[in-house]
Amino acid sequence: MEATQRKPFFFFISLFHLFLFANSLSSFQDLHIINAERRIDLSSHIIKVYLTLKVENLGTSPASEVHLAFSPTEVEHLAIVKAAATSGKRKKKTYTPLGVKSADIPDGPNETKFFSIALLTPLSKGETITLEVLYQLTHSLEPFPVEISQSESQLVYFRDSAILLSPYHVKQQTTFIKTPTTRVESFTVVDPVKRSGTELKYGPYDNHTPYSYSPVLVHFENNNPFSVVEELEREIEISHWGSVQVTERYSLVHGGARHKGVFSRVEYQTRQGHGAGASSFKHLLARLPARVHSVYYRDQIGNISSSHLRTGFVKSELEFEPRYPLFGGWKSTFVIGYGVPLQDFLFESSDGRRYLNFTFGCPLLEAVVDKLTLKVVLPEGSRDPTAVVPFQVEQRLETKHTYLDVVGRTVVVLEKRNAVPDHSIPFQVYYSFNPIFMLAEPLLLVSAFFLFFVASVAYLHVDLSIRK
Amino acid sequence: MAATDAQNNGTAIRNAFGNVLAFFILLLIGLLAFSIRLFSVIKYESVIHEFDPYFNYRVTQYLTKNGIYDFWNWFDDRTWYPLGRVIGGTVYPGLTLTAGTLWWILNSLNIPLSVETVCVFTAPIFSAFASWATYLLTKEIKGTGAGLTAAVLLAMVPSYISRSVAGSYDNEAVAIFALIITFYLYTKTLNTGSLFYATLNSIAYFYMVCSWGGYTFIINLIPMHALLCIVTGRYSSRLYIAYAPLVVLGTLLASLVPVVGFNAVMTSEHFASFLVFIIIHVVALVYYIKGILSPKMFKVAVALVVSVGLAVCCATIAVLIALVASSPTKGWSGRSLSLLDPTYASKYIPIIASVSEHQPPTWPSYFMDINVLAFLVPAGIIACFLPLSDASSFAVLYIVTSVYFSGVMVRLMLVLAPAACILSGIALSQAFDVFTRSIKFQLPSLLDHSSVDSGDASSKSVAPNDVVKTEKSEDTSKERTSRKSKKKEKEPVERPISKSQAKKRLLVLPLETSIIAIILLVFLGAFYVVHSVWAAAEAYSAPSIVLTSHSRDGLHVFDDFREAYAWLSHNTDVDDKVASWWDYGYQTTAMANRTVIVDNNTWNNTHIATVGTAMSSPEKAAWEIFNSLDVKYVLVVFGGLVGYSSDDINKFLWMVRIGGGVFPHIKEADYLRDGQYRIDSQATPTMLNCLMYKLSYYRFVETDGKAYDRVRQTEIGKKYFKLTHFEEVFTTHHWMVRIYKLKPPKNRIRGKTKKLKSKARSPTASKRKETRRNPF
Repeated sequence: MEATQRKPFFFFISLFHLFLFANSLSSFQDLHIINAERRIDLSSHIIKVYLTLKVENLGTSPASEVHLAFSPTEVEHLAIVKAAATSGKRKKKTYTPLGVKSADIPDGPNETKFFSIALLTPLSKGETITLEVLYQLTHSLEPFPVEISQSESQLVYFRDSAILLSPYHVKQQTTFIKTPTTRVESFTVVDPVKRSGTELKYGPYDNHTPYSYSPVLVHFENNNPFSVVEELEREIEISHWGSVQVTERYSLVHGGARHKGVFSRVEYQTRQGHGAGASSFKHLLARLPARVHSVYYRDQIGNISSSHLRTGFVKSELEFEPRYPLFGGWKSTFVIGYGVPLQDFLFESSDGRRYLNFTFGCPLLEAVVDKLTLKVVLPEGSRDPTAVVPFQVEQRLETKHTYLDVVGRTVVVLEKRNAVPDHSIPFQVYYSFNPIFMLAEPLLLVSAFFLFFVASVAYLHVDLSIRK
Repeated sequence: MAATDAQNNGTAIRNAFGNVLAFFILLLIGLLAFSIRLFSVIKYESVIHEFDPYFNYRVTQYLTKNGIYDFWNWFDDRTWYPLGRVIGGTVYPGLTLTAGTLWWILNSLNIPLSVETVCVFTAPIFSAFASWATYLLTKEIKGTGAGLTAAVLLAMVPSYISRSVAGSYDNEAVAIFALIITFYLYTKTLNTGSLFYATLNSIAYFYMVCSWGGYTFIINLIPMHALLCIVTGRYSSRLYIAYAPLVVLGTLLASLVPVVGFNAVMTSEHFASFLVFIIIHVVALVYYIKGILSPKMFKVAVALVVSVGLAVCCATIAVLIALVASSPTKGWSGRSLSLLDPTYASKYIPIIASVSEHQPPTWPSYFMDINVLAFLVPAGIIACFLPLSDASSFAVLYIVTSVYFSGVMVRLMLVLAPAACILSGIALSQAFDVFTRSIKFQLPSLLDHSSVDSGDASSKSVAPNDVVKTEKSEDTSKERTSRKSKKKEKEPVERPISKSQAKKRLLVLPLETSIIAIILLVFLGAFYVVHSVWAAAEAYSAPSIVLTSHSRDGLHVFDDFREAYAWLSHNTDVDDKVASWWDYGYQTTAMANRTVIVDNNTWNNTHIATVGTAMSSPEKAAWEIFNSLDVKYVLVVFGGLVGYSSDDINKFLWMVRIGGGVFPHIKEADYLRDGQYRIDSQATPTMLNCLMYKLSYYRFVETDGKAYDRVRQTEIGKKYFKLTHFEEVFTTHHWMVRIYKLKPPKNRIRGKTKKLKSKARSPTASKRKETRRNPF
């Protein structure tokens, strides 16, 4: 199995070398990277890569963009890319965030995909700039063995290149890989390589041509919870009577090595922590807004009683457990709901429109969300909704009927795939709303009761009998 | 004496005031009936309770999702595997349709309540309806005061609460309302002779047939009452109108319900009604002929009719008897027969006897369930005879029969509860009537020398009493007035004479005695209220799928059942079959959405016996049986670790009995040591090797090193053993539910297969396996 997987991989590499000189994109020629330092953090199932690039412009024309290259598999699992320009030294270091977007240039060799970082001031000839790039990958740790029993610990493969995949010439580079424990079964040796404790150091390597690639495979232990939310639907319902009601429907799965064979409660209870069920997880933590109230935690068949809520001034924390511990491949579904005061989240903008300012993303800590659907249910009678989200999402509108609605409420639906905790940043939904609509439902009820009483009075006063 | 005009005016105002007051009291009673049943939601959560309600909930879900036509044609393949069950034709649809309609109305008004919420609150809503129906029924029997008292008693009678707390979504929840409303409409027709009410009565009866198998009680009680009226010479055209349309329309409507169908005319439960139907027509004919003929001619006619009629009657009865006698159970269903002969079930049908609610009740359970009503009922019966009317004789007959039935089956205590409430209501209100009246007539004479007007005094005299008494006595004193006036309007012939006589007689009670008696009655009522609230809050509100215990470090929740069901539903294949004892069938299909082999609808005894046999067989034989049924998981409930006493080991003897009833190689004696059921070191080897023992106690010894079973209060007999054909796949947090998976069959060498097969096959199980054996 292992061999068959590797073969195309080597093929892939040799192709790279073929293309090495043949392919030359003119725009990439001017820049080159003086120093690249990569720190790959493998301690959770979300892989965080911190990349420090020192870029110099050797060409004649000023460059306004710096490109990052990713292999097709990486792009598929790429959740977030952030970049910042740094200036100053050490303690006086300042970060200036830069815009990153997927670049619309023809694919590089072997379908290499590009992201471009837009520089604030174009880099003129001979200038250098230091860029800090953070990107996160999900679903990139492959469990091996694929199935483990209760007492085994979870081992995973991590595949990457020892050499930074880049469209530019790289003068010097180093890669640090941090594993969660000291247990590393094996790793590919690409000299020079050094291992100390939980850290693997590849490099420094000198002078690598563009699109150099040198695959490495790290096989190590990772027992951190692989909590994957396959689908999360967050419904935020705004009531202008004073509260915002949030309902979150989760379907959670343990994304690690599949559990096989028996589950013994005896072993799980007596030898908890070491040995039995090390890769399973039970405790989950959700960050909820401050001043949260009426929190509930339940699933299709009723309340789940194992949860604690800690409320604070800045944030609240809901600590909860699924009905059963989750082993590899086990699933669970549940619903968390809560209310928050309206004045904390709804504001009026300068042009008289209202806007909801709420956090995007999943409140669960360290969870990957494969598909996140966010529904903002606006009050009945609100018009022209627009959503402002700091990253790419799919948007559409729906209508929903709840308590005594006549025309229905407008729902702004935002969809995002592959969301990580770093997506938990505020977003806004603007809409215009006439406060008179707040009275619609009370008036409806009042008139219904009034009609009922009128009907009763009429019935009592009308004699319908045939015989007098 | 003041001027009559003024007095009339005063009574009119007081009547109107009384009506409004009665209306508000009824509203409050409804509120009380609803809210006293919410303890379960407040103390636990809004969840469906126990076993049967889960099935009803699942059916309702299906109904709301797929509509009424699919519901009628629903063949459920997720239960009774591989037989399946025709749900539409075997379920009493009343409850489901009621809740489904409620849900549909709410949703069409854009009130998006979930089906579960509607189901949870159906029972409390219908309890409020039932208490209003009780008011109406008792009002027909003894007037408004008794009606209100009976309604308030029914609103909180523990027996009814036990079946209708929020979440207890069972047939009885709506059926008791249907029962009372049917009886009300019957007495109403009896009192008015109106065909309108007779038609409504048939419709109410139809609703009852839809709702509960207990409708046979109605269709036997009403003929009995009609017959009683005829025999005691109380035949009237009103009786005819009350009875004949009910039988005709009611039977026609009843046969529209698929689960009843032709049973409405073919089973013996309904024969009494037809017999009385014939009799009432004969009697009606006789009365008619008597009316048109002269006395002399009538005598001749009687001679003629009697001779011809007798012959016809004899022939009909002979045919009937022949028909009935030809069927083995005499045309009665098993449950009905066990009602007539309380020993029948334990002799012939262990499956009926194994259900705890089919056991005869104990005396404490009477006290628990109807409390002080048990003492008030005799007084109520006496009150019904003063004077005896058609309606009050019905109440007497109702209580007498329901006392008998409740004595046979604890479950039928529920039928007794309304009767007890009605008669106690009558007794209480009559007692208050007597006492307050005697006080009222004696107080003026006492207060005379303080120079106060008699008119003022009478109104004043009521007031202080009202302060002392609770709301209930207030009702009676107020209602008395309105009732008086109503009776004046309605029955001008009978009442005035008897009342004036009664008044004189009742005045005999001395003032002190009546005050003390009233105080005692109030205490009695208070005791009843306290007991009912306690019963509602503590005894009957537990949903039984979540258990709680109070320990030193606070409340401890045992949510193991749902843990197991949630695990099953998320981590097994949708089409996997789960075998468990039938108690957990409904819950497994509803909560885990997995196919089960047997469930709480115990329609196929053989199938249940197969599962019982598997549980009582050694591991290998059990594996063969389960494998032949395509079972993938086996679920057992085990309370030994936390002391949950209604677990499978305690139910195990029933599995042996039911299994042994069909497969004789399972003998109860093999599992008993000297007639005692035990699982300690004295237990028989058969017991220690059976599947149930092994699945329950597998690796139990590793928890505390001694394997001490907290339910049986003993160390288990065999502590260390391995499973060869099953593997543990899930055990809940407190070990209450353990799920095992059948190991896949091992690869076999061709030569050995035959030998193994013939050896492994148990002598009886082979019978059913031959047809349905896995091709290897």
